[in-house]
Amino acid sequence: MVDVAFQPNSVLETRVVRKRASLRTALKRKSTAAFLMTLPLILLVTILVIYPAFYSLHLATLNKSMQRFVGFGNFEFLFKRETFWLVVKQSCIFAITAVVFKALIGFIVAHFVHNVPAKGQRKWRGMLLVPWVIPPAMSTLAWLWLFDPSYSAFNYTLSFFHVGPIAWTGDAYWARFSVILVNIWFGAPFFMILYLASLKSVPEQLYEAAAIDGANWWQRIWYVTLPMMRNIIAITLLFSLIVTFANFDIVRILTAGGPLDHTHIFATWAFRVGIEGGDIPLGASVSLFMFPILAIAAVFILRDINQRGNEA
Amino acid sequence: MASTVMIDKAAPTRNPAYGSMSRDRAWALKWSYFFLTLFAIFSLVPPLYMLITSLKSSAEISAATNPWWVFHPTLSNYVGLLTSNQFLTFFRNSVLVSIFVVTITMLISVPAAFALSRMRFWGSATLATGVFLTYLIPDTLLFLPLFKMFAVFGDWTGIQLINRWYVLVVVYPTLTVPFCTWIMIGYFASIPKELDEAAIIDGASWLQTLTRIFIPVALPGIIAATIFAFTVSWAQFLYPLVFTTSTDQLVLPVGIITSLVKGDVFNWGQIMTGALLGAAPPLIIYAFLMDYYIAGLTAGATKG
Repeated sequence: MVDVAFQPNSVLETRVVRKRASLRTALKRKSTAAFLMTLPLILLVTILVIYPAFYSLHLATLNKSMQRFVGFGNFEFLFKRETFWLVVKQSCIFAITAVVFKALIGFIVAHFVHNVPAKGQRKWRGMLLVPWVIPPAMSTLAWLWLFDPSYSAFNYTLSFFHVGPIAWTGDAYWARFSVILVNIWFGAPFFMILYLASLKSVPEQLYEAAAIDGANWWQRIWYVTLPMMRNIIAITLLFSLIVTFANFDIVRILTAGGPLDHTHIFATWAFRVGIEGGDIPLGASVSLFMFPILAIAAVFILRDINQRGNEA
Repeated sequence: MASTVMIDKAAPTRNPAYGSMSRDRAWALKWSYFFLTLFAIFSLVPPLYMLITSLKSSAEISAATNPWWVFHPTLSNYVGLLTSNQFLTFFRNSVLVSIFVVTITMLISVPAAFALSRMRFWGSATLATGVFLTYLIPDTLLFLPLFKMFAVFGDWTGIQLINRWYVLVVVYPTLTVPFCTWIMIGYFASIPKELDEAAIIDGASWLQTLTRIFIPVALPGIIAATIFAFTVSWAQFLYPLVFTTSTDQLVLPVGIITSLVKGDVFNWGQIMTGALLGAAPPLIIYAFLMDYYIAGLTAGATKG
């Protein structure tokens, strides 16, 4: 009896020992190596992305000289300022309008490119992607020069139609329009390329079946193209919403937030307050308002990734 | 002849339908070309206008002539910029920063992507997702805390980072590494498992599997990631604007904007020339490696 009771135990013990040994060697060989290979990445992300993100939370609770804790003082101060609400409004208008138009134009142009014979598509795609390739700081300079009120091209051209001169960057409404226009110009090619790639992956049979059922072009888009492209549309919209919400270059160079703060968005105002105005905590509090949109996007993207993980 | 007649007889009612369909196609094609031309003009006007202006003298720019045409082409703007020490310094700084950043990015992200896609370890899946999420944290959220961090770091250690070009080598990888790692994970995951199993059976170490198998097979992905890293580090505007101020430390985008604008005077000929020269390296790479460029673009988003 005793023997019988002992034997399974000993077997178990040796098994555990063997398992531990193999675990140790595995650790030595694979996991440790893998961990060491990812260590630079982990360090980089922790020190230069995650730590500063939390540090900005801390900074936002300090006073201007960064010596005294003021709690929500900076936020209370912001909420009382008219400029802040102007910036909130403009950021939302800017991001939503620009993203909607970028997606629409990208979608439409992708269809046109998809329509032309395959031989010519490369050429068109190549030309249409140029705005995305030029560094935005450089191309925005070109736009600034195109918008120049007295010497330059747009007003000169419009004068033939007896329109203008328009103060493209001087008038509040036109300045908002210009900033959004440049953003659309820069961002639409990105949508175009992605939508074109996903258009090509829609099986031709679906359209044939729809045509046999007598679907017109609108029904083909609504019932075939859009459902097939749902994922990519959602992900590009989220992506672009984050990037556009956090945009800096275009507004900074084109209007620097002017006239009278009427084109400031969160990033440019944070720069104005934090770097130019020397109030780093207040600037940090301003830029923290970009966080909610980020968090929402993160939730959606995580859900998407998990879903795909389950499908695979 | 005979066969066409046969078809005519066999299906006389179908012919008009075919005719209208192909007529529809022809119309659709015509409209497509028309709108594509419009959009292409919209896309290409700013860069072309850069070129036009860069060929003008400042006298012609301020004269009331047709701005869309060059009447007296001159290369004086190019000569002026390419012989100015200041501009060459900007260019050198940009090149140095980009080379360092691309190297660091690839050294960090390729091994990390390999480990995350092939060598499963505790938390590796979470880490892969986390990497992607950090890519979404924008630079505009981080520049103020980073500015303060570097200032404090300078006080503590005496190593001055603010207002040195190499501070950009420290921060740019935060923009490039997460994305490059992410697309490399995608490329590595698409390599069949049998390939590295065969290598391991032949006695290759993990490092050898990476350098002998994965890197050669995933070369298109690596090129796409390299192009991405270069484009980002060449085009970044916010970080150099915040972290560097003295003219000998600036990179191209910031240098052109801060140094060529003197007071309220915009020397547009030189600014456009500088902008064009600044846009040239990414454009040239794009012209030759367009397919890799597009591959990187689509891989990043569709695999997200």
